[in-house]
Amino acid sequence: MSVRNIITIAQLTLLEMRRRRLVLAALACGAALLVLFALAVYLLMHGPHPPRSPSLLQMTIQLQLATLAGLSCVNLLTVAVAILLPIDTLSGEIASGVMQTLASKPVRRGEIVLGKWLVFWLMSAAFIVFLVAGVVLAMRLITGFSQPHVLTAAGLMVLQASVLLGVVMMGSARLTTITTGVVAFGYYCIAVIGGLIEQIGVMMGSTGARHIGTVISLVSPTDAVWRRALHLLQPPVMAEVSVTPFAGPSVPSVAMVWWAVGFALGALLLAMRWFGKRAL
Amino acid sequence: MTDTAIETCALRKEFGANVAVSDLWLNVRRGEVFGFLGPNGAGKTTSVKMLLGLVAPTSGTARLLGAPLGDRPVRARIGFLPEHFRFHDCLTARELLRIHGRLQGVRGATLERRIEELLIRVNLADAQHLQLSKFSKGMLQRAGLAQALIGHPELVFLDEPTSGLDPLGRLLVRELIEELRARGATVFLNSHLLGEVEATCDRVVFLKQGCTLHEMPLRDAQAGLEVELRIDRTDGATLEGLRAFGRDIRQQAGAVCLQVDSEEALPAIARWLVAQGIGIRALGSRRKSLEEWFIEVMGEDQRPG
Repeated sequence: MSVRNIITIAQLTLLEMRRRRLVLAALACGAALLVLFALAVYLLMHGPHPPRSPSLLQMTIQLQLATLAGLSCVNLLTVAVAILLPIDTLSGEIASGVMQTLASKPVRRGEIVLGKWLVFWLMSAAFIVFLVAGVVLAMRLITGFSQPHVLTAAGLMVLQASVLLGVVMMGSARLTTITTGVVAFGYYCIAVIGGLIEQIGVMMGSTGARHIGTVISLVSPTDAVWRRALHLLQPPVMAEVSVTPFAGPSVPSVAMVWWAVGFALGALLLAMRWFGKRAL
Repeated sequence: MTDTAIETCALRKEFGANVAVSDLWLNVRRGEVFGFLGPNGAGKTTSVKMLLGLVAPTSGTARLLGAPLGDRPVRARIGFLPEHFRFHDCLTARELLRIHGRLQGVRGATLERRIEELLIRVNLADAQHLQLSKFSKGMLQRAGLAQALIGHPELVFLDEPTSGLDPLGRLLVRELIEELRARGATVFLNSHLLGEVEATCDRVVFLKQGCTLHEMPLRDAQAGLEVELRIDRTDGATLEGLRAFGRDIRQQAGAVCLQVDSEEALPAIARWLVAQGIGIRALGSRRKSLEEWFIEVMGEDQRPG
């Protein structure tokens, strides 16, 4: 692998994203989300009907849940960005013929995939850091509340985006843009459904449902990673009794997190391999 | 260093049940401008893609500049202009050349000098900071040509380089091909414009249904010189005697036609006919156009593409 080639492809991808105003669009959506969140929190605290002086514990729980609501919106937006940002990066360039000129150069196909992946990964990670920091800072500035475990949660969100990014790159290396989009969103939805089945299985004591949910999480670990982040972010007292509206009673293990890391890397390697064999 | 720039042996490509290229045999010498001709769907583009490593052949072998197909370092010595100006159109001409130059292995001050040189050569110096999306078809094609030449290639593949160009643009392409020839580079030209091919190529090969059908020189050797004779006697012995001077002897509308290698054959034929006591009423020669060759080689059954 030539680092120089990977950097050149990364520079090209970054330039393309900038010129196509993708970065600007993502930042504008993120900024709008942060403004709305900050406004909602401000109105909650200082609006016409502020909360009636609850106890410190109640207040902390309420603020932590509000932060969780904000971070859940951030998560949805980052899922969309992780899927949409790279969706036509290989398939679009293959369809338009642009890839022919690139791939006829003395460049390994894997270097093309890696250069592009690197930019999308960095952009997704930066986007997550920007939004998570925005939500947490807005909460702190308006209410004085500091959300714990933010760094770990942000890391898990980046991991979730990495899995989706790998899946999209895999699809883009082999399928058309539109098919890749359908597959990627379907893949994410399957993970969410798997998570729900697992939660319901745990709540109702159904081992079968719980196992089905776990298997689905192994195939599509995105939701499991996010549920682990939610578990860390929720108020400890609620984690004890498993009644938060965000995190369910079943908490994905650390092993599942490592599985997701392996999955993201495996997806990237498979994307490189598939693109290497693709007729351009 | 081998004298052969491109050598293919029974190269074949199947896409499922569809055979795109069935049997490709090529031998392109270094330093020549080689025309690759065939109707639409003959497998020209797939052949070029196989040679460039964009598509893996199903069977057969090939060597480019002495290296086996797919050899990555040899691609640094190859330039490629794809059909239909397919580039990242959000880049400026200068950025396009910089990115492709780096990928070709040219860097630093050498690359910047080369970019300057090429932008001037293809008349894009004043539009170098404009995004390609704002370029006209001709400007895009010229940017593409500069991209193909960025690494001082020894072998250049030009896929329809003059399509969409005005006469001045076509002239520029012809000049660039001449410059490449002058510095000893090999040009592999895939074009539908037979006039362009005739004006620039040393040799051509005709491709039909994925097979190389016919190869012929266009320069130096007087390929396709057809002699038409109107003579008093056209019996078997005369036709047999004429066979010593040329080939494809046939009678056509009261005349005897044959193909000869050079104009030198004409006085020799005349002398021989006189010596045989055969009266000559007319003796003429003309060179077959590439278009006539194309139609003859492809056959009457070829449907317009």
